[in-house]
Amino acid sequence: MARTVQKSGVLPVPNITLIEAVNLAMASEMRRDPNVVVLGEDIGRNGGVFRATLGLLDEFGEGRVIDTPLAETLVAAMAIGLSTQGIKAVAEIQFSGFLYPCVDQVVNHAARYRNRTRGRMSCPLVIRAPNSGGIHAPEHHSESLETTFAQMPGLRVVCPSSPARAYGLLLAAIRDPDPVIFLEPTRLYRLFKQPVEDDGEALPLDSCFIDRSGADLTLVSWGAMMHDTRLVADQLAEEGISAEVIDIATLKPLDMATILASVAKTGRCVIVSESPRAGGWASEVAANLAEHGLLSLFAPVMRVAGYDTVMPLAQLERSYIPDTDRILREVRKLFEMAPK
Amino acid sequence: MKLLNHDSKATTRIASYEIFRTQYLNPDGSLIADPPAFTKDREQARAMYALMLRTRLFDKKAVALQRTGQLGTYAAVLGQEAIGVAIGHSLADDDIFIPGYREYAAQFARGVPLRAILQYWGGDERGMDYPAGTPAHHDFPLSVPIATQVPHAIGVAYAMKLRGEKRVVLASCGDGATSKGDFYEAVSSAKIWNLPIVFLISNNGWAISMPSHRQTGAQTFAQKGLAGGINGEQVDGNDVIATRAVLSAAIERARNGEGPSLVEALTYRLHDHTTADDARRYRPEAEVTAAWERCPVKRFKAYIEAQGFWNQADEDALVAEGTAAAEAAAQEFLKLKPAAPESMFDHLYASLPKALEWQRDEVAARGPVQGAH
Repeated sequence: MARTVQKSGVLPVPNITLIEAVNLAMASEMRRDPNVVVLGEDIGRNGGVFRATLGLLDEFGEGRVIDTPLAETLVAAMAIGLSTQGIKAVAEIQFSGFLYPCVDQVVNHAARYRNRTRGRMSCPLVIRAPNSGGIHAPEHHSESLETTFAQMPGLRVVCPSSPARAYGLLLAAIRDPDPVIFLEPTRLYRLFKQPVEDDGEALPLDSCFIDRSGADLTLVSWGAMMHDTRLVADQLAEEGISAEVIDIATLKPLDMATILASVAKTGRCVIVSESPRAGGWASEVAANLAEHGLLSLFAPVMRVAGYDTVMPLAQLERSYIPDTDRILREVRKLFEMAPK
Repeated sequence: MKLLNHDSKATTRIASYEIFRTQYLNPDGSLIADPPAFTKDREQARAMYALMLRTRLFDKKAVALQRTGQLGTYAAVLGQEAIGVAIGHSLADDDIFIPGYREYAAQFARGVPLRAILQYWGGDERGMDYPAGTPAHHDFPLSVPIATQVPHAIGVAYAMKLRGEKRVVLASCGDGATSKGDFYEAVSSAKIWNLPIVFLISNNGWAISMPSHRQTGAQTFAQKGLAGGINGEQVDGNDVIATRAVLSAAIERARNGEGPSLVEALTYRLHDHTTADDARRYRPEAEVTAAWERCPVKRFKAYIEAQGFWNQADEDALVAEGTAAAEAAAQEFLKLKPAAPESMFDHLYASLPKALEWQRDEVAARGPVQGAH
């Protein structure tokens, strides 16, 4: 994976979790740019319900670390107001299901002010929220909302899948001149660590990452599902199948060029998404492959996605969230239809 | 009211509130009380009246354009002009105005060209690109989704406070907008940070077809500030003197660090909700006829005439000049060529993402599509 190289002659690069990388990116950018503020519910004294903002209040003070009232519409609207004045507002919504009250503000205002004023105004803001399930959380805490926002013009939607990407992409999101919805994979928050150097270097938005190269199959995913997708690639490698793994990372705007180039090489593609199947972002990728990549394909494009059901509560969430078994089943179908 | 209806010492009064209303001018223009100093200034009084009448003449022209198929749906300001005038004459240039969609007089005062308002309702985003070098350039554009613009004031005012600026935000909305959560979330939070905000409710009696008493059981809209810990007052919004006096006081309080206020301006929507509406379906004609007696233009004109600031020659000249200005704006608007179709991509992002380039190119190659409007 990228960004794991330790520079010689300096202190060892710390091994950190994804949530620590999110924290590091915000702290780093707040040190670099005095115009960056963070706001949200319980983000100050409490350090955020997942501790993403731990230590920020002590370092940057109440002016720049804003504990808001318990009102999600206000959090989004306040971020909009701040950002129109050139303040880089990084807002936290505690859980994905609580993003819905923000949709009106984000879609009708944040995503539109630049356009409707012909560039006179803009909203350089980030709304961060945990996304997806798998942590046995209460109701309304486990939804996958990326498609809800990715469908909306004027936004960027970013889903990091590792500590290093969370750090680099969040820096990029904060520096971006337009609104970014930054959806963090809750169940990867503390699942694994990676060496992440606080070098202030942003990763590119609007580009997929090729996690690993392969010749026989393209596996496409983003966010939390990248973890299972990587495990599947490991398993396939043991079986002699070489899978190219693509992390979409920025869902909107979608870098289809990288995916099409990969599928042109492999001829097989499985897209893995936790959000509901019908009309989900996996469908958008599949439709683009049908339009522009059909002649490269040896077999149909397959989607592995959440079911078109309400996200079940904790007891059944493992039946809903795609896992390595479900991904492998679709992969095997492809190789039955079009053997290597 | 006490839930426990007894005189026991168990229940004590812990808070009580008052709501004040200010009015200087009677509907006939006579004075109720000695007015503020600005009313004694001939030029200021004439300028306020001129803005009010010019706005009315513009409004008439805009409705006429719509009725003749030359403008899209338009929200008239007939009867509510004094509020915009008061805003325009109260805010400082570097303050920020966050309007709803009926405060044209304030927008004109701050530098929005008449033509731009026609452009907006005529379906052209360029009508929200207010000119550089005017106060309007840092104001917000009209906002159609009800009340959603009000909480933006929290972020804008917070930014001002964070930077130690002595600037003020005025966010306006209608009576119907106070039913929405966006309004409450803003009003409820403004005092937490003692932000320099004036919330203005233009209570014009109607939210499309629903009268004010169908929006809330509260006696006034002003008292909606009290729950947020901020002062709420009423003013006669058809009395431009009172409205300017109250707004100016609220703005100066905010500027001096004394925090947010809420002002409910009582007015009346003499026109339909928009040109797409027919108020005769739900509103008694007698109510409208009675409301004309409280017309803000007539009222202030009577006052400035009594002061010797205005005469029939002034009136004739202003009507001619205001009519000509509205006509010129209309001609300017009608002569504008539609923006290039691919301009819909120009300001979607700071720079167009590569993924969208082919869509822009397709629209550009196709060129203008006729007959769509």
